[in-house]
Amino acid sequence: MDFLTEIPIEVWIAGVLGLYMAWAIGANDVANAMGTSVGSGALTVGGAILVAAIFEFAGAFLAGGHVTDTVRKGMLDMTLVGREELIYGMLAALASAGTLLVAATRFGLPISTTHSIVGAIVGFGAVGIGFEAVEWGKVGQIALSWITSPLLAGVIAFIIFQITRSRILDTKDPIRQVRKLGPVFFFFVFFIIGLVTLFKGLKPLKLDLDLTEALIGSVILGFVGAGLGIILIRRVHLGAKDPNHRFSQVERIFVVLQILTACAIAFAHGSNDVANAIGPLAAVAYAVQGLDLGGKAPVEPWMLAIGGIGIVIGLATWGYRVMETVGKRITELTPSRGFAAQLAAATTIVLASRLGIPISTTHTLVGAVLGVGLARGISALDLRVVGKIIASWVATLPIAAGLSIFFYFFFKGLLTP
Amino acid sequence: MAWIDKLVGRSPIGPMQKHMHVAVLCAKEVVPLVEAMAAGDVDAIRERRAEIDRLEHEADQIKHEIRSHMPRRFLMATDRRTMLEILAGQDAMADVSQDIAELADQRGMHLPEGLKEPVLTLTKRVVTACEQGQRIIDELDELVETGFGDSEVGRVEEMMSELGRLESETDADFDRAARALFSMEEELGVATVFWYQIILWISNLADISERVGNRLRLLMAT
Repeated sequence: MDFLTEIPIEVWIAGVLGLYMAWAIGANDVANAMGTSVGSGALTVGGAILVAAIFEFAGAFLAGGHVTDTVRKGMLDMTLVGREELIYGMLAALASAGTLLVAATRFGLPISTTHSIVGAIVGFGAVGIGFEAVEWGKVGQIALSWITSPLLAGVIAFIIFQITRSRILDTKDPIRQVRKLGPVFFFFVFFIIGLVTLFKGLKPLKLDLDLTEALIGSVILGFVGAGLGIILIRRVHLGAKDPNHRFSQVERIFVVLQILTACAIAFAHGSNDVANAIGPLAAVAYAVQGLDLGGKAPVEPWMLAIGGIGIVIGLATWGYRVMETVGKRITELTPSRGFAAQLAAATTIVLASRLGIPISTTHTLVGAVLGVGLARGISALDLRVVGKIIASWVATLPIAAGLSIFFYFFFKGLLTP
Repeated sequence: MAWIDKLVGRSPIGPMQKHMHVAVLCAKEVVPLVEAMAAGDVDAIRERRAEIDRLEHEADQIKHEIRSHMPRRFLMATDRRTMLEILAGQDAMADVSQDIAELADQRGMHLPEGLKEPVLTLTKRVVTACEQGQRIIDELDELVETGFGDSEVGRVEEMMSELGRLESETDADFDRAARALFSMEEELGVATVFWYQIILWISNLADISERVGNRLRLLMAT
């Protein structure tokens, strides 16, 4: 990293924009995911920030490489893209996604960072470079995954909720059942996280395990998780029995499971969304260093670290406020429902991360919540929100593309020597 | 992810249960009202009426709140139409209690000694049936919590057959009270008509409670 001594202006801009994106991701998304656990009193704000920071960073650092590669080089035909063009384009993508993020926060719109980055890259690629420079097949596959990922999460959530219903809630002794099955869920979460991390995922640490090794490692990790689950579930104070709300004690145990799935969401989110910040940054850095643009060069640890650190700073500077607000808000999503939805969403996202597909965490989670709702698990769901999200889904792409085209020519004019 | 919070709308179940509690409180007030009528205490009757009026008003407000919280765009775990029917039933319980109190107050009804025991027995049993209805409505959140699971549904069905049993007992009590009334027809004159109306209303409260409970069957079946 000898270029550190003389960092070019392009990398500086990309670094700052990337850090800003990562900061915003940490400040909003992550804080919201952990907020429910704060609200239920299971975690303090400080504890939630710490846990979220650890898992988000781990997700970004250990499993964030695949999606980063897709954002960096997967959507454009690198043989048709010039070095300079890629630099201006990726800076434009960061700038337009950043602008949309500000607008989303300012006006409370459900705009996905993932959608804005993808829209922006397609925008500058198709207009700035050339229509044929865009890998339309790959882009189509990504767009399709934006439909399939909420659907898949919904189906998984439906199944998980049916399992919790028939095996725990609708039994003679739900408390005994949740104590028995809780550790199994811990095993499952740790196993999945282990698998995506260990199987060809530890490249930043220069470790390359094959499938068998990864499976063995994941099973071990799963058992560690199950052990942790047994201890944590045993420590839960059930509180007094309330004859009017017979399930309040079971829900208290589900709070622990919901913390687990909130961690899984943080990990999944880190593994997928952080790419929006550092994918373009990596592209710029490689282009500046004169590396082969389409090459297989792995994402360098310092880039993933920038993403992780940005998220952690976002959590520490702004996220705690969001968590306090979310924590105080009365949510009708009880821990058992939050657990089912989060587990389904985290599984889906982590799978997408492993396949290198950038998807929206929020949309996946919305799909999962709808899945629980369709299993008659949630008493009321506002379908207008779904409509709004679909509308913004459709609107984000052309807007991001337009902004990115504008910024592309802006940076071209600014930086062309 | 703040959108998840917006997606998950306010559940109507808590307010529905609160509404039922207030409606049953109205019905419960009919017992001291009957006692006041038996004592011929006009001031006490007026006090009971004021209390029932207050509770009925409270129930009305909760009802309006619930209705505004169940817009068509909500995907609900419980069928909207059935929920509104249950709400209407609960509301009728408060309304009928109010009808009884109004007539008692307006006409200054003095319950004759010979009717005291049968009417009071009927009223107390009717209140028991109303309370059983409340217990059933109190299970709504447990039904949703278990996703209308079989064992919870079974539990509620048991409570319903208990309510059915209580309701048929009130039928017998009503029959006894009505016969006692008509045996005094000569002596009471035109007041007979009003007393018949009052005991009919009282026994209606139990029917309403049973109807509310039965509506839950529809929720569980769909």
